[in-house]
Amino acid sequence: MLKIENLKVRYGGIQAIRGISLEVPLGKIVTLIGANGAGKSSTLRSIAGLVKSKSGTISWKEKNITTMLPEEILAQGVALCPEGRRIFPQLTVLENLKLGAYIRSDKNAVEESIERAFKLFPRLKERSWQKGGTLSGGEQQMLALARALMSDPELLMMDEPSLGLAPLLVEEVFRVIREINKEGKTVLLVEQNAFGALQIADYAYVLEVGEITLEGKGEDLLRDERVISAYLGG
Amino acid sequence: MNSDMFIQHFFNALMLGSLYGLIAIGYTMVYGILRLINFAHGDIFMLGSYFVFFGVTAFHMPWWAAALFSIVATAATGIMVDRVAYRPLREAPRISALISAIGVSFFIENMCLVLFTGVPKPMPRLEALVQVLQFGNIRILPLTLIVPVVSFLLVAGLLWMLYRTKPGLAMRAISKDIETTRLMGVKVNRIIALTFAIGSALAAAAGIMWALRYPQINPFMGVMPGFKAFIAAVFGGIGSVQGAMIGGLILGFMEIMIVAFFPALSGYRDAFAFILLILILFVKPTGLMGEKLEDKI
Ligand SMILES: Nc1ncnc2c1ncn2[C@@H]1O[C@H](COP(=O)(O)OP(=O)(O)OP(=O)(O)O)[C@@H](O)[C@H]1O
Ligand SMILES: [Mg+2]
Repeated sequence: MLKIENLKVRYGGIQAIRGISLEVPLGKIVTLIGANGAGKSSTLRSIAGLVKSKSGTISWKEKNITTMLPEEILAQGVALCPEGRRIFPQLTVLENLKLGAYIRSDKNAVEESIERAFKLFPRLKERSWQKGGTLSGGEQQMLALARALMSDPELLMMDEPSLGLAPLLVEEVFRVIREINKEGKTVLLVEQNAFGALQIADYAYVLEVGEITLEGKGEDLLRDERVISAYLGG
Repeated sequence: MNSDMFIQHFFNALMLGSLYGLIAIGYTMVYGILRLINFAHGDIFMLGSYFVFFGVTAFHMPWWAAALFSIVATAATGIMVDRVAYRPLREAPRISALISAIGVSFFIENMCLVLFTGVPKPMPRLEALVQVLQFGNIRILPLTLIVPVVSFLLVAGLLWMLYRTKPGLAMRAISKDIETTRLMGVKVNRIIALTFAIGSALAAAAGIMWALRYPQINPFMGVMPGFKAFIAAVFGGIGSVQGAMIGGLILGFMEIMIVAFFPALSGYRDAFAFILLILILFVKPTGLMGEKLEDKI
């Protein structure tokens, strides 16, 4: 289980996260929703070790990972698929995937993971020799997800994977997330598409200007009036 | 000019150009990863010459061992420069690292001035390499032929490393997006250290061959070749290894051929490179093989 207790993040004068606590049980999909600037990305980036928190603890499977470096956290089985895809435009699709598997040394296992990625995202297979930068936005998002899976993480964190995608692709992304979860991976999903996220989530947190203001089962929040008026356009 | 003379000049240009290219690679790799012009790189090249000199004269090593010693010691120096002068400034504005680089350059030059004095040291001759070969009317040193071959092999090895190995993949990734590369589990500082090691090792190789060809070593011998190699790197498209080598060759050819065809201009020998730099910056700032970079210094 991922457990965050009283996490605070500050950038210069801005207090972006004001002491939040949350839990992601193994095997579950947990989502974090909130408006722009609420601190969703900051939360994920703290977990991944890119941002060092001012106070609070982050533990993964009873191990304190608060002060670990990003590469150490990844080695613990916690991966982040960052906001905005961030694929490497000058590397080929295959190279992007291989980089995702950088920490693994077993070549055969990596080959297997590549095969699995191609099965999950057949379009990537056709384009394996294409430069990442020449992929369409949707394909880039698929590549970003596939790459994040290449380290074979136990916990996959995703920062707005549906951003900027056409409705059909958004559905596809949520379908894939569910599939990943069925294969046994724990998922922490940050989304602005609250409707889609809440539908697949076991549990959800609502983040507002750095604080968690609401939490509950995905299906319950879908029916919550405050959520409906604030995030579901109701 | 007759054809024999031309052939002689051709090989001289090839040699000089390969040496510029080898040094230019160090500039281009570091710039590609850190967006930093490592002003101390010309001095690293100079240290390569001193290390091989002391290997042979002070430690009485055989040549091959002295060369190896120089390459290892220079690579270690490159790593140390990064560790001490650049790494603490990774999060600082880029201009800070640039100023630090200029500081390192002055420091190395003046340290060598104190330690080794400004009096040029005569590099011992390696007879086998500097016995003039005579082909008809063409007179060439074996060294002149060996330098381009060695350089070519080193560049081929480097390209293999960049495109066929994991650290090479990480290097290419870092040059585009350090943060995401960290998310992939790459120990970024190690890869950066490796980059400095490789760039410095290539500069040492150039320094060794330079010292064999122009056997007068002094603490400021790295300044001009350093500038010219930097220009070669810009000309070839900074960030591109192939571009650096091509830029170096073009610069070598320009320098040798202009002097050969217009002996009256030979006093301006060093000025051509700078004229070239100004022209490139006006006409095609990204260089021959360069990609568009958002921000340049
Ligand atoms: N590197 C940074 N330096 C300074 N302020 C930052 C930095 N990163 C984020 N912030 C600030 O922290 C707050 C939270 O940002 P964060 O990116 O976590 O929000 P978010 O919920 O992910 O928003 P979005 O939905 O727009 O992605 C914002 O006010 C933002 O301006
Ligand atoms: Mg965000």
